[in-house]
Amino acid sequence: MFEVRFHGRGGQGAVTAADLLALAAFEEGRYAQSFPSFGSERMGAPVVAYCRLGEREIRTREPVVAPDCLIVIDPTLVHQVDLFAGLGPDGYVLVNSTRTLHELGLGSLADRFRPERLLTVPATEVAQRQIGRPLPNAALLGSFAALTAQVTIEAVSSAIRERFNRNPSVAERNVAAAAELFQQARQLMTANGRAVLGAPPD
Amino acid sequence: MLRQIEGSRAVAETVALCRPEVVCAYPISPQTHIIEALGELVKTGELTPCEFINVESEFAAMSVAIGASAAGARAFTATASQGLLFMMEAVYNASGLGFPIVMTLANRAVGAPINIWNDHSDAMAARDAGWVQLFAETVQEAADLHIQAFRLAEEVSVPVMVCMDGFILTHATERVDLPTQEQVDAFLPPYVPRQVLDPADPYSIGSMVGPEAFEEVRYLAHARQLTALGRIGELGAEFAEAFGRDSGGLVHPYRSADADVVVVAMGSVLGTIKDVIDTQRAAGHRIGALGITSFRPFPIDAVRNALKGARRVVVVEKAISVGFGGVLSTDVAMTLSGLPVPVATVVAGLGGRTITKTSLGDVFEAALGDQLAPLTFLDLNRGLVERELERMALHRRSGPTAENMLRDLGVTGSRIG
Repeated sequence: MFEVRFHGRGGQGAVTAADLLALAAFEEGRYAQSFPSFGSERMGAPVVAYCRLGEREIRTREPVVAPDCLIVIDPTLVHQVDLFAGLGPDGYVLVNSTRTLHELGLGSLADRFRPERLLTVPATEVAQRQIGRPLPNAALLGSFAALTAQVTIEAVSSAIRERFNRNPSVAERNVAAAAELFQQARQLMTANGRAVLGAPPD
Repeated sequence: MLRQIEGSRAVAETVALCRPEVVCAYPISPQTHIIEALGELVKTGELTPCEFINVESEFAAMSVAIGASAAGARAFTATASQGLLFMMEAVYNASGLGFPIVMTLANRAVGAPINIWNDHSDAMAARDAGWVQLFAETVQEAADLHIQAFRLAEEVSVPVMVCMDGFILTHATERVDLPTQEQVDAFLPPYVPRQVLDPADPYSIGSMVGPEAFEEVRYLAHARQLTALGRIGELGAEFAEAFGRDSGGLVHPYRSADADVVVVAMGSVLGTIKDVIDTQRAAGHRIGALGITSFRPFPIDAVRNALKGARRVVVVEKAISVGFGGVLSTDVAMTLSGLPVPVATVVAGLGGRTITKTSLGDVFEAALGDQLAPLTFLDLNRGLVERELERMALHRRSGPTAENMLRDLGVTGSRIG
């Protein structure tokens, strides 16, 4: 089983992202479960959502306490919430930010986790350009597909199209954003992590 | 058709396949998505003929459902928590009058303190209201139980409450096999009311009944529930035959046949419990579970048969009868009357408190080693409790308990200024 925890703020689509990932995995014939952890239901409040992917029925209902991957939709959360709780040494971290991990003050992550499994991508900027709104949630799944290979970019695109089937134009723009972030993630990963980590502070 | 779908949406689409003619409800978390989706299906014409009635309160929602049912319509509503309590007078009327209304209860804690998260306090508050209460373990079962609920309600003239854990099931997406209209139509015949307000054949419904017949009316209500008890098992079997899934029925045993310790529970926590049981089985412990689907009517014989061979029974329940202990445990203990099988109660998951595999594992291990206390509050923060008790002992005017505790935890700006 592969477990993902999404951290965002109310209004950024963390819950939708978890649902989309579950849908993508389902379309590839896997079992999936997604669910939110609701705190205050208001814009801007920290929101956590979960997604589990597996080869058989997923029965547990406990929140994801030991994630295989963290997706941080809002980088302003990195120093507010205990984001990395439970993440194992082989875990993946995907942060939505234009900055490198060092610039985010997260350079030490490279000591605790495998550097090639850490990635920052400018999902909000890509979403703003492709979708016209700063909604990075669906697009980030493109980078997730590249980083973890848990789902294909085709399945992510297909899930986005199904979810937004009443608004094909929104769907296609999200698909384009996901595709761009898939490619970006691929390029950053071949740069052997240095582009992601950035230069250590002086 | 297999879909990856949100629990609320799966229930709404399944209810629509049951062809309700009147849907009325007042929004309340975590039930709202169900009613929103049904409203949408009525508006787009996908669910027709059906009247969607916006009401001003939960009391009105149940009253409209009663009126619709009395006029011969198949009626559906949904609620949760305070919403159920606010409609409670009409909830009793629906069963007392024998109207086969189906209601989804998206289980949520009851305030105060106000809390939107899941537990079973709302369902327990309606335990004696005369409704059938079925508890779903998964989204699939929640959807499937609604089809069986309409059939059962209309056959027996008893309203049915389908309980599904708020947020945990209502807001989760998972793989669900949604039936076709043809399948549902074949299982659920059109509603033929036993009593109907018909201008061509006028009579009144809802007479005052004095001591001369009240006990007899109540006895018949009990008898109808006992009839329902038999039908729930049969309908579950028929459903399995028609749909190929074991959803419904009275109880669901899991690895319990040879178990020393059997864990009894209702609703979605059974999934987590089963995972823990598999781990402990792999370590050589003889432990199993018994999921109770039908809480009212309570399947006394089925529960007794499933538990009589156990050395110890642990009831994990998301409710508390304050001043006593467990609610479900009381019923379970009754079924074991005369047998040397002690029943321990574990109160867990109140107000959405996470029930972890680790904590369940600890409790089950204690039970296997005969170390489990008769009443356990899972993961109770004793320090938090002690601090409030100290405050209360120190000052007469110690202030509101909930606010004091939140301040201790540092999770709210409850002090103004």
